Amino acid sequence: MVWAESVPRVWRERVKKYRLLGGKCLKCGSVVYPYRPACPYCGHEELQPLELSRRGRVINFTIIRHPPTGFVGKEPYVVAIVELEDGARVLAQLTDVKPEDVKIGLEVEAVFRKYREQASNGVIEYGIKFRPV
Amino acid sequence: MNGKVYIIGAGATKIGEHWDKSLRDLAVEALFAAVKDASIDKRDVEALYVSNMMSGELQGQEHLGALIATWAGIPGVAACKVEGACACGGVAIHQAYLAVASGLYDCVAVVGVEKMTDVIPSDVTAALATAEDQDYVVFTGTSFVGLNALIYRFYLEKYRVKQEDIARFAVHCHKMAVSNPYAQFRRPVSLEDVMSSPVIADPIRLLECAPVGDGAAALILCNERFLKENPRDDLIEISGTAVATDIVSMHERRDPLAASALRRALDIAMEKAGIETKEIDVLEVHDAFTILGILPLELMGYAPPGEGWRLVAEGQVEPGGKIPTNTMGGLKARGHPVGGTGVYQVLDIVTQLRGKAGSNQVEDAEIGLAQNFGGVASTVAVNILKRVR
Ligand SMILES: [Zn+2]
Repeated sequence: MVWAESVPRVWRERVKKYRLLGGKCLKCGSVVYPYRPACPYCGHEELQPLELSRRGRVINFTIIRHPPTGFVGKEPYVVAIVELEDGARVLAQLTDVKPEDVKIGLEVEAVFRKYREQASNGVIEYGIKFRPV
Repeated sequence: MNGKVYIIGAGATKIGEHWDKSLRDLAVEALFAAVKDASIDKRDVEALYVSNMMSGELQGQEHLGALIATWAGIPGVAACKVEGACACGGVAIHQAYLAVASGLYDCVAVVGVEKMTDVIPSDVTAALATAEDQDYVVFTGTSFVGLNALIYRFYLEKYRVKQEDIARFAVHCHKMAVSNPYAQFRRPVSLEDVMSSPVIADPIRLLECAPVGDGAAALILCNERFLKENPRDDLIEISGTAVATDIVSMHERRDPLAASALRRALDIAMEKAGIETKEIDVLEVHDAFTILGILPLELMGYAPPGEGWRLVAEGQVEPGGKIPTNTMGGLKARGHPVGGTGVYQVLDIVTQLRGKAGSNQVEDAEIGLAQNFGGVASTVAVNILKRVR
């Protein structure tokens, strides 16, 4: 899996990933994560960069019991769709909570955590997870 | 671009764990079977479209166009790989159609292939997940099953349907596959078997998922000019074809259950074919997971939203029912060798329109429609076939 072992790939996304950098469409008002050059809803090409709210709620979740390479041994873990207070939706792991205690509507906040370790070079990939408030 | 396009040949390998066969072995076997079925010379093929999703990840092999052309003994032919995650088969047929309809080629071949058993399961899981955004979604450790589990839960929450009622779609597919010689699982399963199988990603259980397998299927397409020189009487026309996309990450869609790419592809392809839903005699849906078998039945209007499961419970998806669906076993039981799947779907419809479906034959089947999903319905290909006599 060559794509999993790239240092520049992790480095290049660091601001968007670590600071929850999204964008607000100046035409339709949609708030998206991560920041990007064109609005996926209306196609407009002016998005204002926006550090997103670090609070939100779980609108859906699953428990991964058979993980992909890179996450083997970490299962079971929860992957959720979190809707932030400013309306952007983020897919992320939940942390500091037992999978059986997760419910739709759970109020959560962003925390900075480790996601995976690149097998061949030891580079650790960090990102935002969410924990119950 | 008004030239009509016909399917004159179809062939495939059995789907399964082919430890002794490579990706190229499978592709060539299917291609030769289709050439033989079409009663043409393989040198008549002017362009070759190889649909495949994961050869780069699973075999460390790209450049399938030239590779398969070489191993099939037709070097020189125009050839390329077509990729669109799990929808690549349907997309390749769409591209092949365009090539023939444009008048540039008189005869082309599509071969869809995936070789999934060369690596350990977690590597297959990682490779399948590449249908989604690697930097922002796959990065989280979700599997592709996990993403479909989210769709499943959205549905169960919205309509308050019991999971058993959705899971019954797997029972239907296994029943249909028993008589399909190409099928990976030619044995029935009970609803109890499905509901007691292990959970892969809540709420999806193992027997609600299409299996991992190896296989290849191929089609020969041609125009009227080619037919004048190679006349035949069992003609099948591709009367409509469309490809549409949705926002690649399902969680960003306003309504994750809307399946807007399917809606769009259906509208375009059905208008081109000049047909209405009620004229479809046989349907192929992309049931990579049971919920994906049910959703299209509702979207197409065969049942109200939240009630698609009734069609399965009442046997309306079987031959003789309201809308015979996945009559050769679907992804669940015929199998889902990813790059091959969209081609197998069309091959299964060809089998029905030729009246060769044996105990699963839909009486006097004339029109069939195949839906092929890539990602969480981020790419959808719809191909409509019509028997011409
Ligand atoms: Zn916009």
